[in-house]
Amino acid sequence: MKIRKSYDSKMAEGDLTAMIDMVFQLIIFFMVLINFSQDDQNDKIKLPSSELAKPPEAPLTFPIVLHLDSNAAIYMGTNVVTVDSIAPLLRTEIDLLKSRNQKASDANIIIRGHQGTPGGVVQDLIKKCEDLGFEKFALRVREEQP
Amino acid sequence: MKFESKRGNEKAELQLTSMIDVIFLLLIFFVMTFKIAAQEGDFSVKMPLQGSGGNPDTTNIPIKLRLRANADGELTDIVVNESLSYGNDWAKLRGYILELTGGNAPPTPEEGPEVEIDLDYNLRYEHVIRAVTAVTGQRQGDEIKRLVERIKFAPPRKPQ
Repeated sequence: MKIRKSYDSKMAEGDLTAMIDMVFQLIIFFMVLINFSQDDQNDKIKLPSSELAKPPEAPLTFPIVLHLDSNAAIYMGTNVVTVDSIAPLLRTEIDLLKSRNQKASDANIIIRGHQGTPGGVVQDLIKKCEDLGFEKFALRVREEQP
Repeated sequence: MKFESKRGNEKAELQLTSMIDVIFLLLIFFVMTFKIAAQEGDFSVKMPLQGSGGNPDTTNIPIKLRLRANADGELTDIVVNESLSYGNDWAKLRGYILELTGGNAPPTPEEGPEVEIDLDYNLRYEHVIRAVTAVTGQRQGDEIKRLVERIKFAPPRKPQ
């Protein structure tokens, strides 16, 4: 006996609404959290941690980010320099500040130092910046989970 | 004159295939570029130029912190004001700061006692940050109690 199929030959269609909803939710989640800023990123730097670390309440004025790795190499933007050869790059920043009617003392130097870097190198770097007229420094650290 | 629609009563169907392709591409992009980063914070250090003033320490509590290191850059001794030695016990150092400041936060970040940190050149930076953490405040639950806001560094001790 031949049994006839009760459904016709149309292609079976799944209901995609729930899946699309879900995928959109995921895209929105990742889009909101993505951070394209390269200033704050450097894989070579492992920051020291501190229980007192808290993100600043207001963004720092004219931040200049210096990444200092364990071999005392300084990453500033796309340039890699040492403490002795950083002055020209900082002078460029000073010229930029002047073009905006500001002084070196208005800028904030953010030092992202590797935890194993000799402390004396950080002191040298601060001294070098100080000689060029910078006054405000921020030592960036990672939040320590209690 | 009445025009008759050629279309029947068929339900209009959207072609979703290409849209789903693009959405999945976007999703894969965001998943691959997503990076969980730990929260970061800053310690402020202000080094006013010599002769340009800055706020003098009016609290009469001079704090000079000397950090000594061994050849490997590990901390061996914490000396306060060239007289008190705390070994490598940060809790004792914080206790001393609490005693000096009376546990009171400075009225403004520009006021209050100033700590000058003098360290051996090869001391690992993480110990410097521990020193800064010990003197600047303490965490009480979710609150951070500030003790010292003004930190500065002594001139570097270049190796001979």
